[in-house]
Amino acid sequence: MSDHKTMTLTLIVWRQKSANDPGKFETYTAKNITEHHSFLEMLDCVNEDLIAAGKEPIVFDHDCREGICGMCSQVINGAPHGGQERTTVCQLHMRKFKDGDTIYIEPWRAKAFPILKDLVVDRAALDTIIQAGGYTSCHTGGVPDGNAVLIPKPIAEEATDAAECIGCGACVAGCPNSAAMLFTGAKVSQLALLPQGRPEAAARVTNMVNAMKECGFGNCTNHYECQASCPKGIDVKFIARMNREYLKSLFS
Amino acid sequence: MQILTTSIGRKILMAITGQLMVLFVVVHLLGNSSIFVGADGINAYAKHLHDLGPLVWIFRLVMLSFIAIHGIYGIQLTLENNAATPQAYAVKNLSKATLSSNNMIWTGLLILLFIVYHLLQFTVRVTPDIVQGVDALGRYDVFNMVVTSFKNGGIAALYVAAMIVLFLHLNHGIQSFFQTMGWNNDKTLPVISKLGKVVAVVFLIGYSSIPVFILTGILSK
Ligand code: HEM
Ligand code: SF4
Ligand code: FES
Repeated sequence: MSDHKTMTLTLIVWRQKSANDPGKFETYTAKNITEHHSFLEMLDCVNEDLIAAGKEPIVFDHDCREGICGMCSQVINGAPHGGQERTTVCQLHMRKFKDGDTIYIEPWRAKAFPILKDLVVDRAALDTIIQAGGYTSCHTGGVPDGNAVLIPKPIAEEATDAAECIGCGACVAGCPNSAAMLFTGAKVSQLALLPQGRPEAAARVTNMVNAMKECGFGNCTNHYECQASCPKGIDVKFIARMNREYLKSLFS
Repeated sequence: MQILTTSIGRKILMAITGQLMVLFVVVHLLGNSSIFVGADGINAYAKHLHDLGPLVWIFRLVMLSFIAIHGIYGIQLTLENNAATPQAYAVKNLSKATLSSNNMIWTGLLILLFIVYHLLQFTVRVTPDIVQGVDALGRYDVFNMVVTSFKNGGIAALYVAAMIVLFLHLNHGIQSFFQTMGWNNDKTLPVISKLGKVVAVVFLIGYSSIPVFILTGILSK
């Protein structure tokens, strides 16, 4: 890649040794970065320099690096996942930045997501919400025919749109109230739309909404920052649908 | 009860009470606009209202309960949301939140203060600017009272300022109501947001026109 110009960037990164450490920002220089580096590869380069210098590398979450696992979680210049539409941090490329840029990198910040180390937060609260009702109970046995339950195509598609959520938590990180409504709305809607999810719909929405509060997430005030933060473009219409399901559950 | 404890339940109560207060804001604007007819318009309107007797008091208590429910849950919701976000970002790049949506608690509390002042002024009639009297037909002269008060530039400015605050609250609040009730989807949201803003602007212009017309002498005794 010698034919490419390289960039030098200033990174201001949140460093925190452990959950109880107060944490602080440290400044680093990222050198020899090309436009082809992904954001995480850029951090890998910085970490290699840090390791070579005998310093602690920056700890961050990642797994698939192809935008499907939801592990990567960084607030870049004030926007979860860097603010590029429908893009996870791992899919963000350095061509979005230019030589000499200063980049702030912070962890998801919410009471429900305690920081474990540097940029890594504990998102188990989202699992707690799923455990409260984000499933359907069914009997095991022979595999039913694929066409045994008819689902109109528009409904199937809408449920699939909701199912695109990868549970990354950016919606919480972007929300001024740290509410988990987009995540929970997507999960409630995905199942409420499908016939298999209807029998438990009322109990599901009640339990999942209760779990949000117990986990310490905030209350929605309809800023719609979540949709702008979501790397999968989950629509706030699913929050409206969850609110509808909730109202219905009050009368069931 | 479910609805009183969960976050969505309480939001629904806030939304319903908020929206019922918006309905009141509509009716109140229609009633007030009778001032443009002159003393005959608004003095007659006020007399009709007062002749309703106990109904007026029932109505006042209902409104009081709306504002109490809405205000108490609004304060609680804001406190909880602050607790849910203990540490602010060093850099925050908001893309959807607005001046209106970010300041609902402050615009709400300012409206509450304004309502207290407004009631002391034109309902209890204890502020120093108030002139009390009866018109030629023996009705309480609301027209003279309002016109005299709004001739004072400070009072007129305060009313316009309060209407700007109300505008900021409803600019976000009206569309928020539809989302909270779940009466929304991706196709209706942009339309409802626009309509909500339009209604909020109508309130702003409609209410502000009364002190402005009086202060500028377009509407006078
Ligand atoms: C006691 C004073 C008040 C306080 C503290 C207050 C506070 C709040 C807060 C914190 C919200 C939540 C923001 C959101 O979810 O969008 C809200 C929403 C709202 N407010 Fe108020 N407010 C007050 C008075 C009023 C009045 C007098 C009206 C109507 C004339 C009103 C109409 C609304 C509406 C329509 C909403 C949106 C409903 C929703 O979705 O929650 N508020 N208010
Ligand atoms: S709704 Fe979007 S932002 Fe929220 S957890 Fe799912 S994928 Fe991430
Ligand atoms: S690392 Fe899997 S989505 Fe980014």
